Amino acid sequence: MKQVKIESAPVRKVSTLRTRLIKNRYIYLLVLPGFLYFLIFKYGPMWGLLLAFQKYNPFLGFFGSPWVGFQHFADLFASDQFYIMLRNTLLINVFNLVFYFPVPIILALMLNEVRHEVFKRINQSIVYLPHFLSWVVVASMTFFLLSTDIGIVNKILYTLGFEPFPFLSKPEFFWALLTLQNIWKDAGWGTIIFLAAIAGVDPARYEAAVMDGASRFRQIWHITLPAIRPTILILFILRFGNMADVGFEQVLLMMNPYVKSVADVFDTYAYMQGILNGQISIGVAVGMFKGVVGLVLLYTANTIVKRFGYEGIY
Amino acid sequence: MSFVYKKRLTVGDWINYSLLILISAVCLFPFFYIFSVSFTHPSVYVPLKFYVFPEKWSLLAYEYILSTNSFLNAFKSTVFITVVGTVLNLIFTFTMAYGLTKKDLDGRNFILGTVVFTLVFSAGLVPNYLLVKNLGLLNSYWALIWPNLTNAWSLIVVKSFLESLPSELEESAKIDGGSDIGVFIRIIIPLSAPSIAAFTLFFAVAHWNTYFNALIYLTDSNKWTLQVLVKTLIIDSQSIGVAGESVTREDQAPLETIRMASIVLAVVPILVVYPFLQKYFAKGVMLGSIKG
Repeated sequence: MKQVKIESAPVRKVSTLRTRLIKNRYIYLLVLPGFLYFLIFKYGPMWGLLLAFQKYNPFLGFFGSPWVGFQHFADLFASDQFYIMLRNTLLINVFNLVFYFPVPIILALMLNEVRHEVFKRINQSIVYLPHFLSWVVVASMTFFLLSTDIGIVNKILYTLGFEPFPFLSKPEFFWALLTLQNIWKDAGWGTIIFLAAIAGVDPARYEAAVMDGASRFRQIWHITLPAIRPTILILFILRFGNMADVGFEQVLLMMNPYVKSVADVFDTYAYMQGILNGQISIGVAVGMFKGVVGLVLLYTANTIVKRFGYEGIY
Repeated sequence: MSFVYKKRLTVGDWINYSLLILISAVCLFPFFYIFSVSFTHPSVYVPLKFYVFPEKWSLLAYEYILSTNSFLNAFKSTVFITVVGTVLNLIFTFTMAYGLTKKDLDGRNFILGTVVFTLVFSAGLVPNYLLVKNLGLLNSYWALIWPNLTNAWSLIVVKSFLESLPSELEESAKIDGGSDIGVFIRIIIPLSAPSIAAFTLFFAVAHWNTYFNALIYLTDSNKWTLQVLVKTLIIDSQSIGVAGESVTREDQAPLETIRMASIVLAVVPILVVYPFLQKYFAKGVMLGSIKG
């Protein structure tokens, strides 16, 4: 007997863009607030970049202010101040990469060797803590340590019969001071990502190494470190890509007239010229320069990371 | 950790433990010192005299600070900004992150692209200031809230976290007739508790610690946040030059005990909240950022 199909063959619904948009309308609703935020507050300010090419006068407004093309940039590159800022930015980063960068790694290795869980967890809690403080608090603590009137170091010196030493006004110490602050504040927090990478190592490799008579140190050198080498590499390159950003709040708070020559960086200059002095166009130009340099550096860093076969930031 | 057959501690272990204890001490010492000075009775306090424990305990510094208007106002301002800001942060971040987990969403890549681009480029200080000014937000607490509703890093980490949630839960909820938003509220959010806890901490701390934005946007000293107040109290009145030719910018620097007490009060809320949320944040960060 012939089989009679009672229902008609299923109709294939063609999924058009319109039907998908309607189907997903609530998803778009969820995305909308955040997306609007990005448009208004992240992309919105970018129209302000145009002011770098004007000699902006608030009274004349955008449409009334004269256009000067790349004049501000030309002035910037011709000024001594530019090279001072460049040098400061570069050297603060060098200090950071050389002295700060290895610390979370070493600390992570040390924490990893601890065999008492409780000790390890308490230790971690303690070293994570400074990360949650503000730079105002850290700078204040630095003052309580090193200032000439109430700094504890100077108090000790005084008790020992020496004159108080003006640590905070000596340009030679400034970069080292910034780096030490960074280490105190963020090295503990920085161990998180390394500890996670170390935890991913197969324990069997350690057992095999011990069979071969490897000491603790050799185990670390030959197993643990190579295992986190990709993480180290990526973080190093990304840190390099972030060179244009030098910890603005930190520098601003630690800056004083004595150390201005070693402390001034692009952001502080943009702040002082653009906001404090009302030189809007110059402020925008300097900020834009820094932003573009940062973009190039990050793009380069990301490309390098990807060349090595890892996922970049995008 | 490395594999060691011996059960008892080796020399290397002793060195490691000692160093770690030393490091912890270095981390904790500044807190300890500040607490100690803040509880010192002003009469026994002598500048340049070195001591670790107060000779005479007193709450005078705290009584003084808590009686001033400036401190209480700053506290109120900071609490308002932190609470409102954090709630909005969570809403804007989790909704957008969840929406972006839908891989078949048209325009998803475009939206993700606009988000990620903000990681590598930003308009800069002055343009942002001008925007806030043009929106009429100068000298308003909202200048500290609206421009910081969410950020690319948080979005990416939360999105990764949400993507790690098993999709069967969503699917079965949909089959049972749930709407997208219903699924989001009734299923996704409860499952996101660790991530929400971690990010509550991150956002709240970020708001609490905001200094620069408060400095430039809040011109009314009544509206100052704690960090700005502390900075004025402590950093602006420091003597940084050689002793004898001090560069104090105020004629009468506040007593050191008072300065210390103000820092303690600015830090205590974080110290109080920290132990409770501590178990969440390391996980909350790692869950998302291993991929990122």
